[in-house]
Amino acid sequence: MDTANAENVRKQVRVYVTVFAALMALTIITVTISTFHLDPPAAIAVALLIASVKASLVAAYFMHLISEKKLIYAALGLTAVFFLVLLFLPVSHFADRGL
Amino acid sequence: MSAPAAHAADHGGGHGFWRTYVFSQDHKVIGIQYGITALLFLLFGFTLMMIMRWQLAYPGQSIPLIGGLLGDSRAPDGIMLPEFYNQLGAMHGTIMVFLGVVPLAVGAFGNYVMPLQIGAPDMAFPKLNMMSYWIYAVGGLTMLSSFLLPGGSAASGWTSYAPLSVIATTGQTVWLFGMVCLITSSLLGSVNFITTIFQLRAKGLSFMRLPFFVWAQLVTSFLLLLAFPPLEAAGVLQLMDRLAGTSFFMPSGLVVSGQPLANSGGGNPLLWQHLFWFLAHPEVYVLILPAMGIVAEIIANNTRKPLWGYRSMVYASVFLGFMSFIVWAHHMFLTGMGTAISSFFQATTMIISVPSIVILTALFLSLWGGSIRFTTPMLFALAFLPMFGIGGLTGLPLGLAPADIHLHDTYYVIGHFHYVVAPGTLLALFGGIYYWFPKVTGRRMNDVLGKIHFWLSFVFLNCVFMPMFIQGLAGVSRRLYDGGAMYAHAQGVMHLNVFMSVAAWCLGLAQIPFIVNFFWSMKKGKPVVANHWEATTLDWAATSSPPLAHGNFTVVPEVHRGPYEYSVPGDGRDYVPQNAPAEAH
Amino acid sequence: MEIPYTVDPRPDTGVYNAKLGIWLFLASEVMLFGALFSSYVLLRVGAVSWPHGYEHLNIPLATVNTVVLISSSVTMVMAWASLATGSFRRYRIYMGSTVALACVFLVIKGFEYAAKFEHGLYPSESTFIAIYFTLTGLHALHIVGGIVVNSYLLGPGSAMWQTDPRRFTNRVEVAGLYWHFVDLVWIFLFPVLYLL
Repeated sequence: MDTANAENVRKQVRVYVTVFAALMALTIITVTISTFHLDPPAAIAVALLIASVKASLVAAYFMHLISEKKLIYAALGLTAVFFLVLLFLPVSHFADRGL
Repeated sequence: MSAPAAHAADHGGGHGFWRTYVFSQDHKVIGIQYGITALLFLLFGFTLMMIMRWQLAYPGQSIPLIGGLLGDSRAPDGIMLPEFYNQLGAMHGTIMVFLGVVPLAVGAFGNYVMPLQIGAPDMAFPKLNMMSYWIYAVGGLTMLSSFLLPGGSAASGWTSYAPLSVIATTGQTVWLFGMVCLITSSLLGSVNFITTIFQLRAKGLSFMRLPFFVWAQLVTSFLLLLAFPPLEAAGVLQLMDRLAGTSFFMPSGLVVSGQPLANSGGGNPLLWQHLFWFLAHPEVYVLILPAMGIVAEIIANNTRKPLWGYRSMVYASVFLGFMSFIVWAHHMFLTGMGTAISSFFQATTMIISVPSIVILTALFLSLWGGSIRFTTPMLFALAFLPMFGIGGLTGLPLGLAPADIHLHDTYYVIGHFHYVVAPGTLLALFGGIYYWFPKVTGRRMNDVLGKIHFWLSFVFLNCVFMPMFIQGLAGVSRRLYDGGAMYAHAQGVMHLNVFMSVAAWCLGLAQIPFIVNFFWSMKKGKPVVANHWEATTLDWAATSSPPLAHGNFTVVPEVHRGPYEYSVPGDGRDYVPQNAPAEAH
Repeated sequence: MEIPYTVDPRPDTGVYNAKLGIWLFLASEVMLFGALFSSYVLLRVGAVSWPHGYEHLNIPLATVNTVVLISSSVTMVMAWASLATGSFRRYRIYMGSTVALACVFLVIKGFEYAAKFEHGLYPSESTFIAIYFTLTGLHALHIVGGIVVNSYLLGPGSAMWQTDPRRFTNRVEVAGLYWHFVDLVWIFLFPVLYLL
C-alpha cells in the first residue's frame, strides 16, 4: 500500500468524514437551486460547477488522487483531453451549418 | 536447448492438458492461441473476398464449385444475390480488421514477444490475459455464426451506418453483440499490456532502451484503451434502436418501403458516424503500428546496425497516437459538415501524415550503410516500406476535403486502405512469423518455400490493389455488387475486374506454400539455437521455445545498453545483446 | 511463478500493478460514459424540444439515491481504512454496509423504472426517455458489477486476509477505486438528467 502506515490512515478518516459532510451539503444546494428554474445556460453552468466540485472531492480524497503518482496523473490527463474532444467536437459538426 | 514445443508439456508446472494448453495463463500459450485463431479468421475472411471477386469479375454468372452449396437464400442457381454480396462485404471487412489483423498483430505478436523483450516472467495480469483470449474467441465465433441465420449476417458494411443498420436483419444484432465481446477482450488486453510495460521491465531497461516493437505496442494499447469505449457505447445505442425501439440514430419522418417507421424519431444518423469513426480512425493506427514495430526489429537485425533515428521514431509514434484521436471526421467530409469543422479535420489529417513519414523515412535510412542479409523475414520487411509508402501517399488526396469529394466511397479508397493493410501490415506480419518462428518452436521455417511465398504474394497483392486506384479515379463506387457494370462512366475500366479477380485467386493459391511450410516446419524444420538470428533484444536471450509456466529466462536478465548495439567498433562479434554484462566491451 | 510488484509498489512508477491497472480501466470507463454524455449533448442540441428533468423524473427519489450512493462511497473508503489499520472486524461492517447501500440504490431505481413503465414511458417514447434509460441502465449495470465484486471480497475472497493481508488490502483499495468511480458517474448523471 502506498498510503501505508496506520497513523496516516487514522488522520485521513477525519478528512473522509469532512468530505462526506461537504458532499451532502452540496447535494442539497444543487437540488435547491434547481427549483429556481433558472434559464438553461445559467442552470447548466451552476449544476455542472457544483457537480465538478463534488466529483473533485470524491476523486481527490476518497480515491486518494491528491497524493497519487505522476504516472496516474499523466494517464488521467490524457484521458481528460480526449474526453473533452469527444464531448464537444461531434456537436460542433453543426456549428456553422445549423441543424 | 533446441527442444521443440512438444517437450514443453513436461514443464507445464504440473497442470493437466486443459490448464496447460487450453485455459492457460501463460502469455506464450495465449499468444499462440491468438495467432492460430487469427490466421484461421484471416483465411476465412480472405475466402469471402475470393467469392466476392467472382461476382465482380463475372456479374450474374453462376459461382463455380460452391455455387450450388450456398442455397437459394444466398445464391439461387449459384448466382449471387445482392443481399449476399453485401453480407460478404460487411463480414470480410469486420473479420479482417477485428478478428484477423488486430488479434494477430497485438494479441499474438504482442502477447508472445513483448514480455520476452522486456525481460518479464509473464504479463502483469495472467488471468485477465486468458479471459481476453476466450472472450475474443467466443465473440468471433458468434460473429461467424450469423451467416447461418435466415436473414444472413450483418450486411451494412463494416461501418454499420444508421439508419440502414438499424432496420437490417437479425445478423446485425449478432454483429453488435459480437463487437461488444471483441471490444471487451481488447480493453482487458490493453490494460494488461500498458501495466506490463510500465511495471515489469527488467532492471536497467529504461524507456529509451526499449525495442521499438515495445513502444509500438504501448502506443497501440493506449489507442485501444481510450478509443474503443465510444464504439461500445454506440453499439449499445444501436442495440437499443434495434431492440427497444429507441431513436438515437433514427431521424424523424423516416419512411421504409412506403411505410413510415413507428418510432419516436428525433435521432441523428451522424451521431453513429461520429462515435464509430472516433474508434475506427485510431483503429487504423492500431493496424499499422505493430507492423512498423515488427519491421523495425527485422531491419535492425538484418542490416547489422542500429536503427537510424530511434528517438525520432519513438517521439513520432507517440505524437501519431495522440493525433489519431482528432482526425476522425475526415471520413465524414461528405456528410454536410460546416466548413470550419471540415477545415479543422483536414488540417489535423495533414499534420498526422508527418509522423508517419518520419517513421517510414527513418526505416528507409536505417538501410543505408547496412550489411544487409536477405533473409526471408527481411524480404517481407523491405517490401513493407514502399508498399506502406504507396498506401500512405494515396491517403493524402482523401484527407484533402476538395479532392475527397470526387474520391469518397470509390474504389480509390479501397485501394488506399488495402495498400496499407494488405501489402503493408500483412506483409510485415508474415515477416514477423518467419522471424519469430525459431523462437517459438526451436526450428526454422523452410527458406525456399518462404521466398516463393514472398515473391508470389508481393506480385499478386500489387496486381489486386493497384488497378483499384484507376477504377476509383474513373468514379467507380465501392460496395456495388456488380462492380460497376451498370454504370456508363465505369465501362472503360470494367475489364480490370477480371484482372483483379484472377490476381486475388492466385494470391490465395500463393498462400499454400506458407501454410504447408508453417505446419511442416513445426515438426520437421531444422532445429536452431536460441539466438538464431544473432539479435540483440531480450527475446532472443530467452531459451529456445521457452518452457511454459517456468519463467522465460534461465537467468533473470539485467539490461546494460540500448536495443540495437550491432557492429559496435572494437567488438569481436557484430552484435552485443542487451543483457550482456556491462564490461563486455 | 511470481509476478513482481503485485503487493509492493515498483520504485520508479510508485504504484503496484493492480493500482495502475484499475486507473487505466477507469480511464476507459470515462470514455465510455463520455460517449453517452456526448450523445446526450448532440441529441439535445439538435432537438426541436427537450423536456426538463422535473417534468418526467422523480427528483426526490433520485436525491435519496444520491445520498445513498455517496454514503456507500464513504463506507467503502472506511472499509479500506479499517484494513489499513488492521481491523478486520470493522472492515466487515463497512464493506457490508457498502453492499447494503448499493442494494438500496438498485431497489429505489427499480421503483423509479416501474413507475415509468406504469405511465407508459418506455425508451421508445422519446430520445430524452431513451437516453435516460440507457445512461441510468448502464450505470445500474456497473452497480451490479460492484455488488458482485464487493460481495466476493466480503465473503469467500476475504480468506486472503489470513494468508496475505497486504495483498488483500490492495484488492479492497482497487475495488474501492472502481466503486468511487461509479459514484462519480452518478454525481454527473443526477444533475444532467434530473435537474436540467
